[in-house]
Amino acid sequence: MRRRTILGYGAAGAGALVFALFVGWWQVDGPGAPEPVGQRPLALSAMDFSLTDHEGNEVGPETLIGRPAMVFFGFTYCPDVCPTTLSDISGWLDDLGEEAGVLNVIFITVDPERDTVEAMAGYVGYFHSAIRGWTGEDEEIAAAARGFRASYERVPTEGGNYTMNHTASVFLFDAVGRFVTTIDYHEPHEFAVPKIKRALKEIAKPETS
Amino acid sequence: MRTLAITGTLAALLSWAGALTPALAGSEDVVVEGAWSRASIGMNRPGAAYMTIRNTGDTPVTLIGLTTPLAMMPEIHESKTNADGVSSMAPADEITIAPGESVSLEPGGLHAMLMQLQTPMTEGESYPLTLLFDDGGEVTVEVPILGIAARGPND
Repeated sequence: MRRRTILGYGAAGAGALVFALFVGWWQVDGPGAPEPVGQRPLALSAMDFSLTDHEGNEVGPETLIGRPAMVFFGFTYCPDVCPTTLSDISGWLDDLGEEAGVLNVIFITVDPERDTVEAMAGYVGYFHSAIRGWTGEDEEIAAAARGFRASYERVPTEGGNYTMNHTASVFLFDAVGRFVTTIDYHEPHEFAVPKIKRALKEIAKPETS
Repeated sequence: MRTLAITGTLAALLSWAGALTPALAGSEDVVVEGAWSRASIGMNRPGAAYMTIRNTGDTPVTLIGLTTPLAMMPEIHESKTNADGVSSMAPADEITIAPGESVSLEPGGLHAMLMQLQTPMTEGESYPLTLLFDDGGEVTVEVPILGIAARGPND
């Protein structure tokens, strides 16, 4: 009789535990989880997309694992923000000197309609030689943006043209593909360069996660 | 009584004459400094021009438009970046510059957006850009074209 009672309590306890775990899952990872807007980018190893670089090579998130990476979104028909970001990045890379040699620096277009492989090749060549341009199918660009938690939107302009609103931050990843930090658009040089150095340093650390 | 009438007529004449003369009270005191552009790749992509517009006079001036032989559609646009890091660009409203104040057209903010280029923008060359003001005045500045990766007027 007594044994039964203990068993009963045990079952109730286990039930409560399962319920608590379920509630926890629901709130953190399940349908009750907060919207991913404004979240950190995924680790590169958790992303899934396939694009083409400006030299015609097939590339994806796995291409970036093994070396620290700096990734940003833009489009080459952008007259102000994108050339400014590319110039800023070129300046940071010049400052880092040889250290910059180990970085993967990737410019992903949000405007694949106009930014073909040829258009990307003609554009990135004017900036620091480490910068590589990636383009591809609409769905693959969208999958990439989801992984980085980046957003973009096509906006019509006068004369039947269009421009693109897009996330202008630069994302930094360490050599094993973990997200390190973000450099905001037009962030001052003296803040940006130490952040890149941090991503570079993470190479030496053993993987913990 | 007679003197008053003459004075009145004179005043009317003067104000009539005043209305005929273009009132260039503001824009003749506008000074443009540090103008620059980045070179373009071909003519398909829009260009941009940057500068500081200073009002050295004692009346406000309002920039209402631009003209240049370089581009069919030059307009003042403004780039903005929101709290989520998303950048967007839209035509700016008229820009009024108070006496003694200046407005900077610089990367990531206000800029002269040069749409429908008529010739490529080549590094080392320059082009005239005319600023149109609400008092009918114009200020033309010669804009030097720097490299594509230039970061400022001194690059």
